[in-house]
Parts: sequence; C-alpha cells; structure tokens
Amino acid sequence: MRGLLPIAVVVAGLAAVPLATQSNVVLNFLVVALMIALAGQGWNILGGYGGQYSFGHAAFFGTGAYTTAILQVHCDVNAWLGFLAGIAAGAAAGAVIGGLAFRAGLRSSYFALVTLAFAEVLRIFASVASITGAGVGLLIKLDLHPQAFQFRSRAIFYLVILALVAASLIIAHALERSRFGAWLVAVRENEDAARALGVDATAVKVVAMVISAAITAAAGCFYVQYFLFVDAPIAYGTWISIEALLTPIIGGAGTVFGALIGALVVKSIGEGAKFVTGDIPGLDLMTFGAVLVLVIGFAPRGLVGTFVDAREALARRVVSMRKSVRGATRG
Amino acid sequence: MFSAPILISAIVNGLLTGSVYALVALGLTLIYGVLHIINFAHGALLSAALFAAFFAYQKAGLDPYLALFLLAPAFFGFGYGLQRYLIGPAARGDERAMLLVTLGVAVLIENALLYAFRADTRTIDLPYAFKTVDVAFTFVAVPRLISFAVVFVVAFALWLIMTSTDTGKAIRAVAKEKLGAELAGIDVPHIYAITFGIGTACVAIAACLLIPTYYVNPSAGNAFVLIAFTIVVLGGMGSVPGALIGGFVIGIVESLGGFFFGESLGQAGIFLIFIAVLLVRPRGLFGASA
Repeated sequence: MRGLLPIAVVVAGLAAVPLATQSNVVLNFLVVALMIALAGQGWNILGGYGGQYSFGHAAFFGTGAYTTAILQVHCDVNAWLGFLAGIAAGAAAGAVIGGLAFRAGLRSSYFALVTLAFAEVLRIFASVASITGAGVGLLIKLDLHPQAFQFRSRAIFYLVILALVAASLIIAHALERSRFGAWLVAVRENEDAARALGVDATAVKVVAMVISAAITAAAGCFYVQYFLFVDAPIAYGTWISIEALLTPIIGGAGTVFGALIGALVVKSIGEGAKFVTGDIPGLDLMTFGAVLVLVIGFAPRGLVGTFVDAREALARRVVSMRKSVRGATRG
Repeated sequence: MFSAPILISAIVNGLLTGSVYALVALGLTLIYGVLHIINFAHGALLSAALFAAFFAYQKAGLDPYLALFLLAPAFFGFGYGLQRYLIGPAARGDERAMLLVTLGVAVLIENALLYAFRADTRTIDLPYAFKTVDVAFTFVAVPRLISFAVVFVVAFALWLIMTSTDTGKAIRAVAKEKLGAELAGIDVPHIYAITFGIGTACVAIAACLLIPTYYVNPSAGNAFVLIAFTIVVLGGMGSVPGALIGGFVIGIVESLGGFFFGESLGQAGIFLIFIAVLLVRPRGLFGASA
C-alpha cells in the first residue's frame, strides 16, 4: 500500500479547500486546473510511462465531450450514462488510432504527426457535420439536478472532478506497480530490447493508448457537463492537445503526481498572465511555450523528477558527510 | 458541369498553389533530412515571415518581391540562431526533447504574434495583384505566376549550393553519416544551424510570394505547414525532389477536392491522404530512407 498514502493526503488536502473558501474564483480555477490535470494524466499514461508522444490528445477529449453532448441533446440519454458512454467512445477512438498507428510501426515523430492529423480530421468533420451542431456547436439544456449531472453548487462540481483525478492518480499508481506498467516502461526505454525479451510491444502500446484515451475523454465529458457547451475548436482544438502534454511534461512525465502538479503550475501561470494583460490573448500561451522550452532545457524530468533528483543528491551528501564525520572522530 | 476548361483551370490553379506548398515543404524536408527532427515551429515561422513581409510593405512601402532579398537573409540568421542557441542546446540531441522544444517554440512565436498584432486578418493591396494573363484556357493572376517561377529558381539555387559548395557538401555529409562527418572535422552544430537557417529562409521566401495574394494572421502559417507535413511524408522525409513533386500533387488534390467537395472537406481529404500514407508507406512514395 506504499504510495497510496501520499495520494490520500493530497486528495484529502484538496477536498478540504471548499471548507476553507466558497469563493467562485478559487473554485472555478481549481475545477479547470483539475480538468486539465485529468486530461494530462491521460497523456501521461501513454507519453510519460510509454514514451509515445501524442500531439493530438484532443481527438479523445473531443470524442468524449461530443459523445456526452450528442447523447443528451439528440437522444435524450441520462447525463451519467452519457458520461460513461463518452469515456467508452474515447477509449474506442484510442483503440482505433492506436491500433492503426502502432500496427503500422509508427514511432516518435511519425506517431506525433499521425495523432495530430487524426485530431485535425476530427475537428474538420465536427465543424461541418450536422450531428455535432456544425459551426454553432451543441448546447446542453440547463437542468440543475444531480441526476442530470449538473449541480447548483460549484463545490460539488469540484469534488466530482477531484474524485476523477483521484481515480486517475490511483490508476497511475497501480500501473507503476503492475507487470503491465513494467512492460510499458521497458518499451519506452528500449523498444527493440523489450521485444527481444518477449514483450508484445505493439499490444502494450495499444492498451496504454486505450487507457490514456479513456482518461482524457473523461476530462472532455466533464468539460461538457461543467460548461454545458461544446463546439469543434474547443473539443478538437490544438489547445487541449498542447495542455494535455504540457502539464505532465512540466510536472514530471512518468510520475503519479506529475500531471496534477503541472496543471496547477500551468494554470497559475496562465492566470498570472491574464492578470497582467487583461483581455489581450496570447501572453498566457506564450509563457506556456517558453516554460516548455525551459523545462526541456533545464529540468527534462519535470518538477517532480528534479525534486526527486535533488532529494537523492542531498541524501547522498548527508551520507558522505556522516561517513567523513565518523572517519574524523575515529581518526 | 465538369467541363474540360474548368478542370484545366482547377489543375493549373492547383499547380500554382502547389509550388508555394513545395517551397514550404522544401525547408521542412531539408531540416528533417539533416537534423532528423520534424520542425513543428515551421508554421509559426511562416506566420512570422508573413507579418514581416506585411509590415515591410505597410510601413516601408517595400514591394514583397524586393523584401524577399532582405527577409530571406534575415530569416536565415534567425533560424541559424534558433537552432544553434535554443533548440540544439535545450534538446541535447534527444529526439523526444527536440519534438517538444520545436513545439514550444511554435507556441511561443505564434502567441507572441497574437499578443503583438491580435487575431485580426490583414491583407495588402498591390497595384498588380489582380492582373491576369491567359494561360491554357484559363486566366492566372500574375503574382501566382511569379511565385511559380521563383520556386524553381530557389530549388535550382539550393541544388547548386548542395552540389558545388563546401558547405553543401558538409551538409550532405552530416545528413549521411553524422559521426563520420564529425570525425572528418566538420562542425556539426554549425552545419545543423546552417541547415535550419536555410529551411527558415525558404519559409521567408514563401511568405514574400504569398503575401500579395494571401492574408496574414498569427495562425496563417499553420494551414500551410500541415499541408507541408503531408507533402514531406508523401514525398519521403528528407527527399528534395519528393518535396517538389509532392507539393504539386497536393496542390492539385486540394484544388480538385475543393472543386468537387467544397473547401473544408477538401482540407480533410489532404489529412486523410496524410494518414493513409503514414500508415501504409511511412517512407513516402519516393522512399528516401530516414
């Protein structure tokens, strides 16, 4: 059970926030940050643990969002069922895209390109098809009842997204301790060597893509329930592809808490930039770009990785200091 | 409805548009062929170059075709510095890191442009922008004919550089065998940066050719670059003739696709070709091995 304790502490700490403040600004900030953390955790499963960098996770975010919205608007399906269906649809999209790309043997840049292209194709189709509301988008009917997955209080929404993030943290933790997780990391470190040792690398990557897509799709489903609106530039736009990869990279790819920490940092930077410039767009994303380059340049393992390295270096120094002190007292 | 003159006109238009696509793709494929990275910042650099060409005309009254001689060296220098002092040191040769760094640079440049110039779409009015000549059953705008010719001049100049200068030979040596080139005394980071500079200069030239008939906004370059990716993949990553031929093929496909299915679905068609080529034959039709 080692490793679950930090998750419990972090989640309990975050769950206590509504007790301290009911401020809409704070809660709204945290809801959006946790939503991005969830999307980022999805990316982290495939990109962080598996080393397959997708530049098109919008494909899953958007598929989840649209499925939830379409089922409610056109088919009158209950929102909770729609939510589950959205996650399932996202996972299916992951299976299709992952199956095609990994079976074709696409790696690194090629994989990044093909995921990007899939997201773009979906965006173009969503912006012309009538079922997705074409250029207008889809509006969910306001119905503030828990059975419609809509809540009067922002604090409830916050606890719902926190529960989803907690589940994603536990999934990452379970992955780290499982045989499957070990295969996935082996594929990241050296795919040919992993194959030589009998790991079915293609199957491992496809399964990772399905899990990854399902988690990111859950973020998309939540987006729809929270904002009650979706259109093609939101659902399949590059913004979400970029934020989904940015958060784990900044926080620490291939770590349990990387995406969560990265999302809080990225969103704080974004809010800071907005505070400085007001309504002029661009500065927030501009800083994201700069932070991405800086992190790759100076802290390629992200904040968590850098912290772990620093702690280990410190521990080593303490040990060597103790040794020298012992040596000095003996001598 | 689909009479021959309309079809021919669509094909001629596709060829002319394709020439500029080919130029953008040329820069991309060159960078890939030597540095083995997909430069995700290519589109943002094109947007930046479009803005530069726009303001050169708007503020200084410089004709885009003259601005070309200023912007191409300027962007060569910019690209050189970008690779030498930012992308190269930050990525330390790791392929995944390079992907992310070029993406970061793309986000940075695009949003810096958005912040500085807002999302407004701008165009320039040249006196000769709407002059046309009669070519094979159809009327063609003069600026597009000029760009068609310039692309061939640039491609020829590049071929000359690659085959007959020492720098060109060094670039080809690094592309073929990096370690060997390094052992032979070639300064690899310098050659990388020069290649990146040439690729960026191609983008600047493309911007000067585009601005008379096209528009500029902070994401104007992206449309071209996704198409350029398609061309590069179609023609084979790192293959220069592949980029040229691929450019014309995609230009015609887009023109005919838009003609039969409407413009936005024509775009989707390009991406579907892209995905299909990646999945079926990732080395491209001209098979330059990566």
